[in-house]
Amino acid sequence: MLRILKLIVLVPVLAALSLMLGTGDVFAAGRAEPWQMWFQPAATPVMERILEFHNLLLIIEVSIVVFVLAIMCYIIFRFNAKSNPVPSKTTHNTLLEVIWTGVPLFILIIIAIPSLKLLYYADKVQDAEMTLKVTGNQWYWNYSYPDHGGFAFDSIIVPNAELKKGQPRLLTVDNPVVLPARTNIRLLLTSADVIHNWAVPAFGVKLDTVGGRINETWVNINKEGDYYGMCSELCGVNHAFMPIHVKAVSKADFAIWVKKAKKDFADVEVPAAAKLAQADAPAVAR
Amino acid sequence: MANETTVAEAAPAKAHGNGHENGHGHHPTGWRRWLFSTNHKDIGTMYIVLSLVAALVGGAMSFLIRLELAEPGIQYNLFWLDNEAAYLQFYNVLVTGHGFIMVFFVVMPAMIGGFGNWFVPLLIGAPDMAFPRMNNISFWLLAASLVLLLIAAFTQGGPGTGWTVYPPLSNAEFHPGAAVDLGILSLHLAGASSVLGAVNFITTIFNMRAPGLVIHRMPLFVWAILVTAFLLLLAIPVLAGALTMLLTDRNFGTAFFDAARGGDPVLWQQLFWFFGHPEVYIIIIPAFGIISQVISTFSKKPIFGYLGMAYAMVFIGFVGFIVWAHHLYTSGLDVDTRAYFVSATLIIAVPTGIKIFSWLATMWGGSIDFRTPMLFACGFIFLFVMGGVTGVALANAGMDIAFHDTYFVVAHFHYVMAIAAVFAMFAGFYYWIGKMSGRQYPRVLARVHFWMFFIGVNVVFFPQHFLGMAGMPRRIPDYPDAYAGWNYVSSVGSYLTTASTLLFFYIIWRTLRSGEKVAANQWGEGATTLEWTVDSPAPFHTHEDLPDMREKQPAE
Repeated sequence: MLRILKLIVLVPVLAALSLMLGTGDVFAAGRAEPWQMWFQPAATPVMERILEFHNLLLIIEVSIVVFVLAIMCYIIFRFNAKSNPVPSKTTHNTLLEVIWTGVPLFILIIIAIPSLKLLYYADKVQDAEMTLKVTGNQWYWNYSYPDHGGFAFDSIIVPNAELKKGQPRLLTVDNPVVLPARTNIRLLLTSADVIHNWAVPAFGVKLDTVGGRINETWVNINKEGDYYGMCSELCGVNHAFMPIHVKAVSKADFAIWVKKAKKDFADVEVPAAAKLAQADAPAVAR
Repeated sequence: MANETTVAEAAPAKAHGNGHENGHGHHPTGWRRWLFSTNHKDIGTMYIVLSLVAALVGGAMSFLIRLELAEPGIQYNLFWLDNEAAYLQFYNVLVTGHGFIMVFFVVMPAMIGGFGNWFVPLLIGAPDMAFPRMNNISFWLLAASLVLLLIAAFTQGGPGTGWTVYPPLSNAEFHPGAAVDLGILSLHLAGASSVLGAVNFITTIFNMRAPGLVIHRMPLFVWAILVTAFLLLLAIPVLAGALTMLLTDRNFGTAFFDAARGGDPVLWQQLFWFFGHPEVYIIIIPAFGIISQVISTFSKKPIFGYLGMAYAMVFIGFVGFIVWAHHLYTSGLDVDTRAYFVSATLIIAVPTGIKIFSWLATMWGGSIDFRTPMLFACGFIFLFVMGGVTGVALANAGMDIAFHDTYFVVAHFHYVMAIAAVFAMFAGFYYWIGKMSGRQYPRVLARVHFWMFFIGVNVVFFPQHFLGMAGMPRRIPDYPDAYAGWNYVSSVGSYLTTASTLLFFYIIWRTLRSGEKVAANQWGEGATTLEWTVDSPAPFHTHEDLPDMREKQPAE
């Protein structure tokens, strides 16, 4: 009972206080900020196009809602029983009915054209420079690098008690996945058990990892930095606790990291599911 | 030859004799009246009571979910469970149970079983449903189904699969124990109940209309129930097939959904959503029907563009069957497949737009009494438009990359389908409670209820758009600290919503206990449909002499 009272009364007070004093926590790009009401900034060309397309959608959405609300307000004001005691008997107007069928159809075509363009653009990349393989597990991710000797490692959440200062709760992992910036990277996704979903909001990437299937998508990260995501398909009790942390570095730094990682992760076995993916993956320039 | 004639003549005479006896004060009383009921009004009442009971359970589940999400961290001491893993599973069971209960045991029983049973026969001038005994079985199967589902929730950890029950998570390997099996059996019973109900409605509406009440003059609520019944008839068997496959996968060594043995987990998603998408129209189309009746009554005008309204529902029902894979945009479907489903899904905006504009045109020029049912109808239009425009955004597979499985989707479907349906249920309740109970609801309290509920649900769900855009996934018990602010606001909204729901139960009690008596037609000149020609409360048997509709003006 006390707990409930605390949730209802104490939390807003604390929330207001922390807002006034400022949280003091520096929030990096690549993840949400407190009270965020919008998308995270785009870090890939796909996400840039998604945001652009959403701007169009938002204008249409808001116009429709405002239009309908305006009509409703006018009706409430003008056609209530006091203002208009005698109801009209109009029940048909062919022109009006044709308009409100035709205009929405026209608006939908305006939406559909950029929508399909975006869809095909986001689907696959033709000239991938490297491949990253992602295997979902209950409840961690395994990453492997088939174009760099095929080493692999697990990426597991850091428990709250072991977080260092500045590391975000529920987003920090022991081994972030490192990728080069400004590089076309093919992502191949699969799962070792149930369905998971590898999603990084700033990249405009969200794709299921399904056992027995290899799903493909791609990223080209335009800026070095840390980017975070979370599993986006219900996968059991620890669904909320298998975050994704992508560290984007320059190509030179990436080459250095690969050398080190090859040694560090030399004795980590590539999961069977990812080996399958490797066999199926088209050859890419190494 | 002669013998056969005699038998054929004797049978109707005998049947008539029985009907006559039952019709005049010899109907069963006490528990027999309810358990053995073949009366469409009593069965309708039982459906509504079941819906109210289930609403308390499903609503409590959503309240617990919002309490858990009110602040970052795991609040497992809220539920007096010491083991964190057990609690996390319990949280997933809450999410699952909330979905199942609200869909199958709150909205469907209230709108189809409750208002459908009560008012379809009254509106078409029929004395009862076509198959009264089957009607009884439909109800009791659903009651058994609810009991099974509640047992499932407390069996060996419960089903923590989400209402979509995706394998492999729902396979025996990841959900050992009987919980998911019990859930499957529960859905089988609910499905059988729905199919029997659907057959009953279709037969009743096609064959038992009063003389002169041709199809194109039926009230829109009857149209809505007819379309819904067809959707049920076509969608439920697919669910039943998929559930049976899952059941044999779990227990009898088949591998329909097991990739390791040649099956395909995505096949389940296709089958489930081939049922699941029509299912959301099964929920919202009866709502369209109720809203049409209410708006026409209180605007004191016939519905604008009647035929367009009726066939918009038919079209929505049809398109509902060819858009299911827009729930699978991130499953790894081929890009051309997704392009088709984008185009098909966008089309839905046209008939739904026709409905919105026709409602507005019905109100236009009207002399509108803003009684409580009408307030809920206006609230419905607002919510449906809000959820509709976000639906247009979600229809785009490219855009859906950003929205899929986030709180944006949660906000969208609660606006367009869940809360909108509940608004229609409240509109229907306040509209028809006088006819059902003979009592007037307390007017001021009902208005307070509307405003509390309207503000409450918007405070719950509007901030969830922000959470979704910022990237917060669905179905998680804890979230990164950045999402704390809007989650807290959303939880505050749920406290208000919960309070308004308790007020609603008080209103029911007040109405039944001390509401003033109402006349046969409590709404005046706008209420032109047949239910307002019989006494309030509606007598046990109505339309024993079929009303003659041949003289009346066509409804269109």
